[in-house]
Amino acid sequence: MNPIINPQDIFYTGASSPHIRPASVSVKAIMRDVLLALVPAAFAGVYFFGLKAANLMALGMLTCILAEVAWQKAGGRKITPGDGSAAVTGLLLALTLPPDAPWWIPVIGGIFGIIVVKQFFGGLGQNIMNPALGARAFLVASWPVHMTRWSIDGISGATALEILKNPDASEALPSFVNIFLGHTGGCIGETSVLALLLGGGYLLYRRVITWHIPAVYIGTVMLLTFVLGREGFFSANPFYEACAGGLFLGAFFMATDYATSPMTKRGEMIFALGCGLLTTVIRLYGGYAEGVCYSILIMNLFVPLIDRFIVPRPFGGGYIHE
Amino acid sequence: MKRLRTFRGGIYPPHNKSCTEAKNIVDLLPRQELLHFPMQQHIGVPCEPVVKVGERVLLGQKIGDSEAFLSVPIHSSVSGKVEKIAPVLTPLGSKSLGIMIRNDGLYEQAPGMAPRSVEGLSSEEIRKIIREAGIVGKGGACFPTAAKLTPPPSCDIDFILINCSECEPYLTCDQRLMVEYSEGIVEGLRIVLRLFPGARGVITLEDNKSEAVEALRQHIIPGENLEVCVLQTKYPQGAEKMLIYAVTGREVPFGKIPAEVGCIVLNTRTCYQIWDVFATGRPVMTRIVTVAGKAIQEPGNFRARMGTSFRELIDAAGGFREKPAMVLAGGPMMGISIMSLDVPVIKGTSGIVCLSEDEATIEEEQTCIRCGRCVEVCPMGLMPYRLYLLATRRDYKGFEKASGMTCMECGCCSYSCPGKLHLVQTIREGKRSVRELWKKERKS
Repeated sequence: MNPIINPQDIFYTGASSPHIRPASVSVKAIMRDVLLALVPAAFAGVYFFGLKAANLMALGMLTCILAEVAWQKAGGRKITPGDGSAAVTGLLLALTLPPDAPWWIPVIGGIFGIIVVKQFFGGLGQNIMNPALGARAFLVASWPVHMTRWSIDGISGATALEILKNPDASEALPSFVNIFLGHTGGCIGETSVLALLLGGGYLLYRRVITWHIPAVYIGTVMLLTFVLGREGFFSANPFYEACAGGLFLGAFFMATDYATSPMTKRGEMIFALGCGLLTTVIRLYGGYAEGVCYSILIMNLFVPLIDRFIVPRPFGGGYIHE
Repeated sequence: MKRLRTFRGGIYPPHNKSCTEAKNIVDLLPRQELLHFPMQQHIGVPCEPVVKVGERVLLGQKIGDSEAFLSVPIHSSVSGKVEKIAPVLTPLGSKSLGIMIRNDGLYEQAPGMAPRSVEGLSSEEIRKIIREAGIVGKGGACFPTAAKLTPPPSCDIDFILINCSECEPYLTCDQRLMVEYSEGIVEGLRIVLRLFPGARGVITLEDNKSEAVEALRQHIIPGENLEVCVLQTKYPQGAEKMLIYAVTGREVPFGKIPAEVGCIVLNTRTCYQIWDVFATGRPVMTRIVTVAGKAIQEPGNFRARMGTSFRELIDAAGGFREKPAMVLAGGPMMGISIMSLDVPVIKGTSGIVCLSEDEATIEEEQTCIRCGRCVEVCPMGLMPYRLYLLATRRDYKGFEKASGMTCMECGCCSYSCPGKLHLVQTIREGKRSVRELWKKERKS
């Protein structure tokens, strides 16, 4: 038994309530959960595309962490790579790259994402666009050839969405099973819907995210694609269209980014609805085969507006100034 | 299973009640000689001492009183000599005029303390007895009960809610009272219902207190206009507005009292005390105090006499097991950290929680990552992150407009914040600044 301490000798800390806070709730814990949730997708990427995918992921994460440290050091700020947010950005960026991208693509993308998209706007929680997607958009605009070269099993070819957009007799659509498992051409982390569902399920289970954004986003895309169709109304297979491309990666991991999604659940649903609308419109009628990245980026910019107008109703009607 | 009723938002902190909830209440006679009785133990007008230095007072004798409507008298919990009348430290962190009584250890009763029947008494007489007994709301706010039981005539009261939702972690004083003195609580409610014959009495408690539910239910006569209502275990279920909403679905508007939505909410202990004053004739002289926390050797519930120092209660609980990081008057979610153990138990003291170093961590603020959890958990439907920003920017007009003043400071936002922002703490400061601005405006 510990000796009883004489109360006379004690210095008490004064503080404002609440006096207990769970240590398990922290930025670090959230980022760790996101990284864990991305493990299946990363694993699937390496499984289907080989070790070059692992290299890109390692480079992306390393670059982002170093870029964040360098920026914070140069600005005399608190150095915070330990919170894990830079690593998440790096991994997410790498997962949106084609497996055959050269090594400098994730490096330049990582630097751009962390410094321009994130730190220029004030760092963690202050950025107005998702850093990984911002960097990806920048890369696509700058090096379109490197960013749109796909291959699977050593054979280059188009992605399922590209084939759907420009039907060509020379290329057959991959089967739904391959699309679901991830055995198809596409970005490293987007092809395996199974792996993304595992990761997304984990995030839901850990309550890092709620169902609102992924369900409304994916639901909107499925419904709209089904109704509008590629060849007249009700001509598309909504399940196939949802699983092809980057919708699941975007819906579970990109659109749910805290900093760039609304603060209220109602706001989140409006945001996800917008993402779904834009994605479908780009996919069906736009110049690109895939629209997830731009849809989320565009909706990111609407978040301040959504947060301004979609506010909870205060209990009891709120405050009335006399 | 039927979904239990509750309110929107809220959090699930660890209960930490197991160390005290099964232990009987221990009677504690003060060993110390000098007991302090602050004259402000309630919301409203402070009492004036009605005894003089050097005078001998008896157990249960009135020592402070006021003419005001919003005030209740204060009684001595011991017999002895009035030593001094001077400012004393209170557990609320302030100083208030107080009476120091030297305990002679005889506990000689003042005359006239006898049981009386409630039969045949008018409402006015019942209220007067409740006031004279010094009964205040024991939930912490200490609103004079007689005043609460006198709602504006325009209000039609149809619910009397007994708040047994002890939602603060560690505290079990109300829970033990319900288990050991369930009859008194039900009887107390019956007395209150005499004042409001048209109202329904509802005893509300959370589903983690099953023993208390059983104990209370056995005293209820079938067909009677009172019932036990079990609610979801969630913090802050015991907050008055949340309780009313959970049971009746009514929302108390900002700045209005519960009576305006037809409800009167009384704490368990208050209700018991109302019965006690009729059953024994004794005014408020004791209260049950939970002494708990990881830093406490043998946590328990004690029936402490008013004026007993915190130090003595901690000694009664075996003293400290380890160096406490914080000593709180009240629970860890809304309690006040005290700087000295030499403060007396007053009517609003529900518990003394001594947190160990690893429990009470004051973490450095990181940053808002806009996760939205504060918005999700806020029972008042506010946007804590925005109020935090407005308060730090000193935009007090914006703070008011965003309903910042309706914040009840339950602390759910700070508890849930992964960025470790001092949300409620900053909002509290914001509210204080707004009130100061109001004062200035009123002057000019």
